[in-house]
Amino acid sequence: MRSSRKLVVGALGAVAALVLAACGGGNAAGGGTSSGGAPANGVSNPSDQTGGTLRYANSGDWDSLDPADTYYAYSWNFARLYGRSLVMFKAAPGADGATLVPDLAETLGVPSDNAKTWTYKLRKGVKFEDGTVVTSKDVKYAVERSLDKTTFPNGPTYFNDALDLQGYESPYKDTSPGKLGLKAVETPDDQTIVFHLKSSFSGFDYFAQLPATMPVPQAKDTGSKYKEHVVSTGPYMFQTNELGKQFTMVRNPNWDQATDPNRKPLPDQIQVALNVNADDIDNRLQSGDLDVSIEGTGVGPAAQGKILADPTLKAQTDSAVVARLWYAAINSDVAPLNNADCRKAIEFAADKTGYQRAYGGSTGGDVASNLLPPVIPGAEKFDTYASNGNTGDIDKAKQALTACGQPNGFKTSISYRAERPKEKAVAESLQQSLARAGIQTDLKPYPSGDYFKLYAGKPDFAKSNGLGVMITGWGADWPDGYGFLAQIVDSRVIRATGGNTNLSVKDPAVDQLIDKALQTTDTPTREKVWVDIDKKVMDDAYILPGIWAKGLLYRPKTLTNVFITDGFQMYDYLALGTTRK
Amino acid sequence: MLVYIVRRLLAAVLLLLIVTAATFLIFFVLPRIGGATVDDLASRYVGKSGSAADIHAIAVKLGFTDPIWVQYGRFLAGLFVGADYSTGPTTVHCDAPCIGYSFINQNAVLPELLDRLPVTLSIAVGAAVLWLLGGVAVGVLSALRRGTVFDRAAMSIALAGVSLPIFFTGLLCLAVFSYALGITAPGGSFTPIEDNPLKWAYDLILPWITLAFLNAAGYARLTRAGMLDTMNEDYIRTARAKGLPERTVVVKHGLRSALTPILTIFGLDLGLLLGGAILTESTYSLPGIGKYAIDAIVSNDLPKVLGVVLIGSIFIILANLVVDLLYAVIDPRVRLS
Repeated sequence: MRSSRKLVVGALGAVAALVLAACGGGNAAGGGTSSGGAPANGVSNPSDQTGGTLRYANSGDWDSLDPADTYYAYSWNFARLYGRSLVMFKAAPGADGATLVPDLAETLGVPSDNAKTWTYKLRKGVKFEDGTVVTSKDVKYAVERSLDKTTFPNGPTYFNDALDLQGYESPYKDTSPGKLGLKAVETPDDQTIVFHLKSSFSGFDYFAQLPATMPVPQAKDTGSKYKEHVVSTGPYMFQTNELGKQFTMVRNPNWDQATDPNRKPLPDQIQVALNVNADDIDNRLQSGDLDVSIEGTGVGPAAQGKILADPTLKAQTDSAVVARLWYAAINSDVAPLNNADCRKAIEFAADKTGYQRAYGGSTGGDVASNLLPPVIPGAEKFDTYASNGNTGDIDKAKQALTACGQPNGFKTSISYRAERPKEKAVAESLQQSLARAGIQTDLKPYPSGDYFKLYAGKPDFAKSNGLGVMITGWGADWPDGYGFLAQIVDSRVIRATGGNTNLSVKDPAVDQLIDKALQTTDTPTREKVWVDIDKKVMDDAYILPGIWAKGLLYRPKTLTNVFITDGFQMYDYLALGTTRK
Repeated sequence: MLVYIVRRLLAAVLLLLIVTAATFLIFFVLPRIGGATVDDLASRYVGKSGSAADIHAIAVKLGFTDPIWVQYGRFLAGLFVGADYSTGPTTVHCDAPCIGYSFINQNAVLPELLDRLPVTLSIAVGAAVLWLLGGVAVGVLSALRRGTVFDRAAMSIALAGVSLPIFFTGLLCLAVFSYALGITAPGGSFTPIEDNPLKWAYDLILPWITLAFLNAAGYARLTRAGMLDTMNEDYIRTARAKGLPERTVVVKHGLRSALTPILTIFGLDLGLLLGGAILTESTYSLPGIGKYAIDAIVSNDLPKVLGVVLIGSIFIILANLVVDLLYAVIDPRVRLS
């Protein structure tokens, strides 16, 4: 029992940041897909035609092109064009796209020592863009540098949490020969790399698919400046890079198809424009002046209305079903919501059709009755607080209020991110629907950038400011029960210093169920435990589910080989080509 | 005249110091007064998964743990001797005048601003020429044809111009002229003038017209009002009585006098625009100083914001100085001392 508990706690520690909040469009997320205008096999406009220039645009900017310093789903999707990690998501439509396949490695990881040690053998003949042969030491160095969070603050902390670091901080402070002093990663020869974890973790291949395992030549590492020219191991390399404006990629002459069964690069050149007006991106997609909106979150409200009203345009769209839940956290720290019946009153009184309208109706997502999106393997749909037409059940809400000793209702606050009009609309809709049961609310907007770090995600602030209901959203890094639920329902990940994504669930019973899931090796049984956790959280009314998100993606007719991958829930950027010359 | 210019420039330096101190105060001191800790400030520059230790390490790296006067002193020192910044394995030197080093991009701010200056300069100067010529011409004609259909139509259009925001007219123009008709360049197009002057003008014609439409409206109304006042002055009657041609009366005597307030506004507008045509650049996705500023604000990149404020202030101060000098040229009654 003691050792099993240790294993579970260790695993939790190792994956404490396994899944991070994808609390807004564009963050790393996992999930499933469905296609709109795409054919049955999921591939639109299939083609092997090479050549041409593929033009992407981003309404914002990358966090970083450096594989050690990036944490957006689109960025991880795109990074496979210029870098090869040990393992990768297969370039395939639908659920097949969430399958892990070896990339730089010959096979998936080989576990030993009760999954505390993982070994990968590298393919032979893989080279950097300058012709230098890639060795396991380049991979080790890449992982080492990703640990340095003062130089690379944006990247995930999976390796920081999982590896047995023994005090190792950064290769930039490393005085060992070759700056390869990290003992938790060994390179017995140039083709072998061995990872030693603090505790057992059967899902280490998910770590091995991170961009942080893309090799970096130590001699070319310029630290925080490396993003200006990442040395390529993929089929494309950087030709120009004007930070914040645009960059261009061309074919990498030292990439060898014989070493890479996963990629079939079609275009000769890739152009990416940064910080482009989002509405202009949608217009350019429709006019054919642009090929792909790189963030993969779908067209904006203005373009959506136009596209859905025009059958010709609509035929050029795909609906990406995302493993993302837009929801409201019900804060049990704030009285009277410390009483479960008062929380249930909110569940019953809420009109979820308002939630759906705020996100653009059925195109924006489906009304959610529980937490796990249907695209998560093993997820079950159930409705603990069912109401006619999802408009709320005021009678039951009043019964719950009576049960919690507040027969005339109570007063609380709803927080939302000020710069997000959809969240504002949700807050206003909730305000109206809760008022029907006598629950009076005032709305408190906070800046998006600090919402989790300083406001809703900081427990003492949320409590002292009476934030009873906090509008938020969540998507996981990859589609599975743990990936989706752990960071929003496990009370042990809540930090007093803020930056939390679990805003409301502090239930030891839920924590115990998570431990149980981590100990369960049989997949169907484990998936059932995640459903039990979902039911437990809903029974105790810690979360008001809003909608399971969808995105309407537009593809110009010139774009070829288009499909949505479950690995990233957007178009797979490895496969795309163009008929434009 | 020279003494006047030197005095104004010295005053400008003092003003810039006050502007930088005020900006520093707003971004670094006010949040602290509001209860934010240094780690709270630093947390904006740490990824989603950053631990408390990571956040504090970033606070130390960015110098937030130093007293505010030390941070401001470091900024001032950077202006004169430059500053060094760690990239991890090495250190980079930000050459003087180092007006900041981006917390996000990890780049010196001044080269980035200078890189974007040609875009802003191209937009501002082209649009300014259009709106000044168009606005003043329409204003003069409206004043001379007061009450006619032309006057009423021109003033109605001017009212519409003032009322319609650029993010509306800009997107509308792009949708119609660039994407539907294909006769103008799509958003995000910019060719340096030295590469191809014709392509430069072709790429910018829509932003120019959109921006000029907005500003010309105000100039037309201002010119019309000024001309109406001036044309009723005694000296205009005297000029006509002397038998001067009407064109001379209008241009040399009427317009010259009416131009003084126009010039004041023009100086301010142009200075403001050179500090970044935020809406125009954002709407047309042009990588100028305005777009840089808005991106910096969105990403909380304070050194960039500070750099834009500084550059914008310099442009406004210089534009005002030029306007003051031009007063003496336009109006002989003005003497600089």
